[in-house]
Amino acid sequence: MKEQLHALEKEALQKVGDATSLKELQDVRVAYLGKKGPITEVLRGMGKLSKEERPIIGELANKVRGNIADAIDSKKASIEAAELEKQLEEETIDVTLPGRPVPTGGPHLLTSIVEEIEDLFIGMGFEVREGPEVETDYYNFEALNLPKGHPARDMQDSFYITEEILMRTHTSPVQARTMNAMEDKRPVKMICPGKVYRRDTDDATHSHQFTQIEGLYVDKNVRMSDLKGVLDRFAKQMFGQEREIRLRPSFFPFTEPSVEMDISCKVCNGEGCSVCKQTGWIEILGAGMVHPRVLEMAGYDPKVYSGFAFGMGPERIAMLKYGVDDIRHFYTNDIRFLKQYHQA
Amino acid sequence: MFVSLNWLKNYVDIDQLSPEDLAERITKSGIEVEGLEHFASPANNVVVGYVESCEKHPNADKLNLCQVNVGDETLQIICGAPNIAQGQKVAVAKPGAILPGNFKIKKAKLRGVESNGMICSLQELGVEEKFVPKEFASGIFVFPEDAEIGADVNELLNLDDIIIELGLTPNRSDALSMLGVAYEVAAILDVPIRLPQANYHSNDEEIEKQVSVKVDAVEQNPYYGAFLLKNVKVGSSPLWLRNYLMAAGIRPINNVVDITNYVLLEYGQPLHAFDFDKFGSNEVVVRMANEGEKLVTLDDQERTLTNEHLVITNGKEPVALAGVMGGADSEVSEQTTTVLLEAAYFDGQTVRKASKDFDLRSEASNRFEKGVDPNRVKQAGERACQLLQQYAGATVLNGVAEYDQLDYSEKTVTIWTSTINDRLGTNISDADIADILRKLNFNHNQDGETFTVYAPTRRQDIVIFEDMLEEVARIYGYDNLPFTLPSGGAQAGGLTKQQALKRHVKRFLEGAGLSETVTYSLTSKERATELVSPEVAEAMVSSVSLAMPMSEEHSTLRLSILPEMLSSVAYNLARKQANVAYYELGSIFISKEEKVTKQPEEKVRLAGALTGEWLTHPWQQEKKTVDFFVVKGIIEALFETLNLDVTFVQAKVEGMHPGRTAQLFVADQAIGFVGQVHPQLQKDYDLKETFVFDIDFDYILSIHANEPSFAKIPRYPSVTRDIALVVDESVQAGALQATIAQAGGELVKDIQVFDVYQGEHLAEGKKSIAFSLFYQDPERTLTDKEVESSYQAILDAVANDHNAELRG
Repeated sequence: MKEQLHALEKEALQKVGDATSLKELQDVRVAYLGKKGPITEVLRGMGKLSKEERPIIGELANKVRGNIADAIDSKKASIEAAELEKQLEEETIDVTLPGRPVPTGGPHLLTSIVEEIEDLFIGMGFEVREGPEVETDYYNFEALNLPKGHPARDMQDSFYITEEILMRTHTSPVQARTMNAMEDKRPVKMICPGKVYRRDTDDATHSHQFTQIEGLYVDKNVRMSDLKGVLDRFAKQMFGQEREIRLRPSFFPFTEPSVEMDISCKVCNGEGCSVCKQTGWIEILGAGMVHPRVLEMAGYDPKVYSGFAFGMGPERIAMLKYGVDDIRHFYTNDIRFLKQYHQA
Repeated sequence: MFVSLNWLKNYVDIDQLSPEDLAERITKSGIEVEGLEHFASPANNVVVGYVESCEKHPNADKLNLCQVNVGDETLQIICGAPNIAQGQKVAVAKPGAILPGNFKIKKAKLRGVESNGMICSLQELGVEEKFVPKEFASGIFVFPEDAEIGADVNELLNLDDIIIELGLTPNRSDALSMLGVAYEVAAILDVPIRLPQANYHSNDEEIEKQVSVKVDAVEQNPYYGAFLLKNVKVGSSPLWLRNYLMAAGIRPINNVVDITNYVLLEYGQPLHAFDFDKFGSNEVVVRMANEGEKLVTLDDQERTLTNEHLVITNGKEPVALAGVMGGADSEVSEQTTTVLLEAAYFDGQTVRKASKDFDLRSEASNRFEKGVDPNRVKQAGERACQLLQQYAGATVLNGVAEYDQLDYSEKTVTIWTSTINDRLGTNISDADIADILRKLNFNHNQDGETFTVYAPTRRQDIVIFEDMLEEVARIYGYDNLPFTLPSGGAQAGGLTKQQALKRHVKRFLEGAGLSETVTYSLTSKERATELVSPEVAEAMVSSVSLAMPMSEEHSTLRLSILPEMLSSVAYNLARKQANVAYYELGSIFISKEEKVTKQPEEKVRLAGALTGEWLTHPWQQEKKTVDFFVVKGIIEALFETLNLDVTFVQAKVEGMHPGRTAQLFVADQAIGFVGQVHPQLQKDYDLKETFVFDIDFDYILSIHANEPSFAKIPRYPSVTRDIALVVDESVQAGALQATIAQAGGELVKDIQVFDVYQGEHLAEGKKSIAFSLFYQDPERTLTDKEVESSYQAILDAVANDHNAELRG
């Protein structure tokens, strides 16, 4: 019987080895390990054996059975693995084909610049204020120390609607409006972005509509050195930590002293190049200490309060920062231009 | 203002600095230097030569053969200039000279005859043609007789001069004069200033016996001074004076005109010279013009005056438009021998009005408009007399016929060191302040930290404390201010809720695939009335136009963002950019008046325009172009993020496709529309099929109050039931859905359309719409009975309201 079992084992293992599918393997299992299989048959004939032989043959039979079962299991695992492999092979795709597009949009470059500046000043405790684009002569000029007939009105030829109503020529009226609206004459610390309009013929450097951001801080003991410190922080965050600023005298009717702020040229690092016209400096914005007449007209006592104000043009900043070469790009909305600034 | 540095050196020493450094110092402390240029490029080897002989070239009619003495030798030079003549002193470029444009002068043979150099025109020496005196404009330059033979021309012709251009702000009209600039530079560099002296000898004839002056408009003309000069010989000005005028950008004419121009530039005081023989009387009367009075000005234009224009008259008729331009009849000419010289103070606004009305801007009007220095008016006249005596041989009559009501007083401004430091954030000492005032040449009295400053009349801009604060700050140096941050309490900056909501909407739409635009607020009158949303059309009375637009295209305030946005879409289509998806948040302007008397109402609108492909995936054969439902989907999702219920109602809107347009409502309020642009309008704008929306964003801002609160996540399973209804094709899905929601009761949490069918198996004029209904109870598991009873209620309701049948 021993020989019979060994022969069966050999024969079964051979068939397991030859099996190529789960089905064949199952057939082998049924054929050798099934209730009607030869091993069961052998075990059934054990009654004829001696007492001594019985446990030996029994043990051997179980061992053979176990070996065959192990062989089937391991073969099964390898066939399954091969089949999965095959399935995965068949499922392979060309990952280099284009994906399904998701529509992408984005903010206008001017919005990105304006929001960046808003966030920067919000970080320094400023609020954001807005005001009307169609203004009264009073707020656009008179409340800003520009009485009728003042020669400085020539600096900004305006679009009038009636003698008293015009398209605002700057965002500065929001200064006056904000201060006037403060009934308790609290400190004011605000910036105001918005559209402004001037009688200019549109060309590469002029636009009859453009954007401005105005800033105003009025409080007790506001010093010009505070203006310098705030502008320095703005310039460094906006244009890079290595940028230097300088203030130089200028004139605006609503500030005294008035200054213009330059930053050291990024292209040549102040050495002088064609971008900065060999001066090493690039003009960024106008600023100054709020004129006492402006404070007074807005109901703030200039003996008690002082303040600073500044104003800048996001178009100019965008042109400097990104090298945009024509201001009209901001208003033609060429989708190819807009998309250049949609990336983070 | 163009400032010749060679001229400036007559008043202040600036040789210690390079021109670039000087420009930088002036920019940082005073006035922006906008340009720095060489007047011409200095020439080497160009000297004064004496033309000893000048004969026709043997082989060329238009050339001359000259023997020219250049001091150390005599050169044979061929010259083609028409004005060359024997006996002239001319500029000779010797062989080896290099002229502007890297033009090298060599010995050469011209038509077989040797030529050893070139006789130069001013243009060839680098002077701009527009400044060259007319007599030399088309030929060589001829020196005055006293020019030294062999002398270098650089200095004689001022070729080595450097011109700086000052960008003057309106407050610094004091620097519209060389003396003003000299004061400025003296303060910045801390160097002394040398003022010109106006000394002349008058004869013993009293002017008052010859000329009388009367002013009938004291406010407009508080000072009028007349000098009388006889025996004037009109001719060329001295070379140095012509050089300075050219450097300052003025073409020399003759000595009388040149001298008045020179004094204008030196003192900042415009003067006018009349030919007294043609003046028409011996009385000067200044008055406002009569309405309709006429005057022919120097440029031979007849001007019709009004009573707002100030004129100089001879007692009968106008002879000059005060401060703007003289009359043609009394113009100085070659024949003039007697000059009446006017030195006057004219009111800025009066001059401004006249120069604006006649579009006549001149060096003179510019200075009067900005205000001249009262103390220099008469001085300037005296300086001109001196120069006319010296360079035009004039005999000056004794005295000045004048009318004088001018205010010569200096304004006093008090400043305190402590206040200055408080305002600047500095630590400047009393002594520093005193030193700054000394540099500025401002008279003052000091009492401890209190300074009483007498602002000189040349500085009309200094009136109040802050003006002096600026003077101190700039001379102290803005570079020397410390950097500080505001010491006031820390304020919490931030966006308001509404500003934050705007940003949310922008980011949402961008994420949904739209690109933000910025379009013009000013559009054409015609376009302003196109695509106006119904609720805007109802609120407005008329569109608002500019009084004086630059162009029709940008003449009227927009009532919708869409027309300009659609122009931008067309701009892209014309450039083969067929797929455009835009949005913009911006103001429109609603006037409720027929004739504007107050500011129009400004309303923020949210608009968009989409055209072309939306989602395409070609290799998978998917291609989705923009349609109504793409745009509606974006709007629905946006309102979902805003937690606002928006309904779409079929509507007709002017300019829109009548079958593909919906009006939007939030809580029964009309807030805008969405749909396809009418094919006719699409054509007018050169567009393809384009879908737009326009929403009253201000209304959204006003009602938005979303404060999300926690709602339990349902733990019990939902039940889905589908229902397909057959209805007349005119029944709208929205109406069915509303009925279902109403009838279904609270357990119906969501209703989705999943199929719309029309065609085979359905009767003519019928359609089927299938809905999925989602039932859920947050507190327990639903029973079949509950769902069934709701389902039956829905069937009854739609049958009743819409004649709907369950599709078999």
